[in-house]
Amino acid sequence: MHPTHNNLSEQLQNEVQQAIATHQTLTIKAGGSKDFYGRDVVADKILNVAEHQGIISYEPTELVIKARAGTPIKAIQQALVEHKQMLAFEPPGYNGKATLGGTLASNFSGPRRAYSGAARDYVLGSSIINGKAERLSFGGEVMKNVAGYDASRLMTGALGTLGALLDASIKVVPMPEAELTLTHETTIDTALLKLHQWSQLPLPISASCFYQGRLYIRLSGTENGINSARQTIGGELLNSAANFWQSITEQTHPFFQHKPALWRLSLASNTPVLDIEGDTLYEWGGALRWLKSDVPLQRIRANSYLKKGHSTLFRSTGIRDQIFQPMPAPLLKLHQRLKQAFDPQGIFNIGRMYPDF
Amino acid sequence: MSQMATKSSINLPQLLKQLLTILPTDAVLYQEEDLRPYECDGLAAYRQLPLIVALPDSSEQVQSILRLCNKISLPVVARGAGTGLSGGALPHEQGLLLCLSKLNSILSIDKELRIARVQPGVCNLAISQAIEHLGLFYAPDPSSQIACTIGGNVAENSGGVHCLKYGLTVHNIQQITIVSIDGELITLGGTGLDCPGYDLLALMTGSEGMLGVIVEVSVKLSPRPECTQTLLAAFDDIGKAGDAVASIISAGIIPAGLEMMDKLAIQAAEDFVHAGYPIDAAAILLCELDGSLAEVASHTDAVYELLTISGVTEVRIAKDKQQSITFWKGRKAAFPAVGRISPDYYCMDGTIPRKSLAQVLQTMAEMSQQYELAIANVFHAGDGNLHPLILYDANIPGELQRAEKLGAAILQLCIKVGGTITGEHGVGMEKLDQMCVQFTAIELTQFHAIKAAFDPKSLLNPGKAIPTLHRCAEFGAMHVHHGKLRHPELERF
Repeated sequence: MHPTHNNLSEQLQNEVQQAIATHQTLTIKAGGSKDFYGRDVVADKILNVAEHQGIISYEPTELVIKARAGTPIKAIQQALVEHKQMLAFEPPGYNGKATLGGTLASNFSGPRRAYSGAARDYVLGSSIINGKAERLSFGGEVMKNVAGYDASRLMTGALGTLGALLDASIKVVPMPEAELTLTHETTIDTALLKLHQWSQLPLPISASCFYQGRLYIRLSGTENGINSARQTIGGELLNSAANFWQSITEQTHPFFQHKPALWRLSLASNTPVLDIEGDTLYEWGGALRWLKSDVPLQRIRANSYLKKGHSTLFRSTGIRDQIFQPMPAPLLKLHQRLKQAFDPQGIFNIGRMYPDF
Repeated sequence: MSQMATKSSINLPQLLKQLLTILPTDAVLYQEEDLRPYECDGLAAYRQLPLIVALPDSSEQVQSILRLCNKISLPVVARGAGTGLSGGALPHEQGLLLCLSKLNSILSIDKELRIARVQPGVCNLAISQAIEHLGLFYAPDPSSQIACTIGGNVAENSGGVHCLKYGLTVHNIQQITIVSIDGELITLGGTGLDCPGYDLLALMTGSEGMLGVIVEVSVKLSPRPECTQTLLAAFDDIGKAGDAVASIISAGIIPAGLEMMDKLAIQAAEDFVHAGYPIDAAAILLCELDGSLAEVASHTDAVYELLTISGVTEVRIAKDKQQSITFWKGRKAAFPAVGRISPDYYCMDGTIPRKSLAQVLQTMAEMSQQYELAIANVFHAGDGNLHPLILYDANIPGELQRAEKLGAAILQLCIKVGGTITGEHGVGMEKLDQMCVQFTAIELTQFHAIKAAFDPKSLLNPGKAIPTLHRCAEFGAMHVHHGKLRHPELERF
């Protein structure tokens, strides 16, 4: 699958200009694969970037790919595979619907994140339309660049509230020569203990997961390297490992049947097992915990460990209001001022992240 | 700027009195001889005495100082060890220099989470030294690491030789605490790997002290690799060396470090430290591989093979740690080595896409002839970060100006091929001019809006990093006269 080449920058800029002139608000949409995520947005119009597609440049020896925001993640991954390269942060493709723009706007990363970094870690530069309908470029296509503020990383995870992404340059990495997954039948307490012992050693671990009494560890690297690490880790070899990790990345594993509510908890990895009724799947060496629970929101957020971390109501069927954990007043004030700096009239994705902006 | 205090409106005795309610007597400096050591950072071409220097030893004191400065609209310039190379910590004539060197404690080390919580004045290398017994290290290793502080590293998003594999400062910190200009203590990042809201941790990293004052940093620690191996390869043509770099990367190998030197740099280094470099070579590559024993063995074979195919004239594989140190010795001494063969030199910091290397070096060679000034090249080849050193003699009328013009032309060449004016040294006072070339007026306006969101009165490090639209500052650079580099004890690469 090769993405179509379609540069709609000018048209999108005109649409934003018009929205400003007519005092209308916009919700930015591409593949729509993350419509479930974040607060409900009530906007006058949709700014559709889905057709703004195409890989602008890809230089395998530079380890950089630059593509338009509407380019499907799947298309990018396919172009990379031809040169034995990949996106290091292993984002979900959501049935081919996820786009580069949406992936960056939500900073979604997969199982490899704890070991190689998140989407934000691989962003080298981007072009955007801000709330004044201006087209701006930040960063670039080189690995080291300290000219100007890092506005490209600021856009990553901003859920489109600061502007619409037009394109981005992403650092890519070589695909590992070999990969294998080991499993251990164990308890969660032992699993967390082992994960922390291994994380202090130079082992080529690229993913970890614990669910229903089974710990899964993926090793990636040279053939020799992962075979020597296998001696340290031990356990059973998992067949069809690629399918397993894909089901975690894409959230198609039976666990993710999200009834009633699916919480995403970001915590210090050594946080003990939380005392909240529900079913939990662990990733990222314990730093990411998916919780299916019907315990009310206030009670979940009152948990003392969660107060030190961050809880996100990832998927739910009810009213989508307090999706993200409330932030302290001085931090909120900075957010509001930055929103003002990029989108003074309040056009883009108002309320997608927090009610006020 | 209009809101800033003017010299006449600042009553020094009164300011002193107010500061002494926050700090002890020995933590406030105002006599000229006490201010003198703070007049410049590593870019000694720019010098300015501050009005006053404050040396707080707690974040509460930093909060009180900033509240005071905000109240009386006094500019504040934060400073760590002052090793920066772009004048980012140059004092403000009518401002307070906030020196964070007393905030120098390692607050906690969590072996299990691989996190060290440190104050901003802790020296970069001190972190790795404090955790060495745990088999861990802090990866970013700027060449000034024996002196530079972690607060400054965050402010500049410092890199180092190993950032090709291990990333920059932004990839190796998890949480910071800042004090805003109105004295609020704000924590950015978290104990988990991510948190909702804007990525202000990334925005603060590399913001050159323009948005807030960093008072605490939680750095990520990495397990020390089982082994490292260094290869030295010589080429009779610099283009072939560039191709060798591309072939190593395309083969799926990310070395821990991949450095290049050209003929002039090789000869200068060899004369200085006698590392045994092949002085006839047009270029040498230093390639450091790390990982498990098994992994390093496979990669060493693969790199050896690739270098051979690339038309290398000689490859040496370090037999032991001592030989590896010898290989690196010349590279690490390249700057002072060049300082020995020329009365003055002028260091640039552009980054280019690797594919443009041959073209850029060729154009630079032509420029060198045109401007009648020699250029020695040392180069973080793996990530495209060039450090051309322009050789000149300030005592010959017109040479300094020619060197500056040549430097400006080189940076503009970097922009032209899709690169950037600064890979790791920062903009500071030095590269305000080139910022005008790299960014459009609306982009610069957006940067000013970001600044105003944090610092509405523009009191934090005013006049640095982002040029005003009305001004393209006089071009400056890292001028080194008769080898008298500030902090000559530091390696510069």
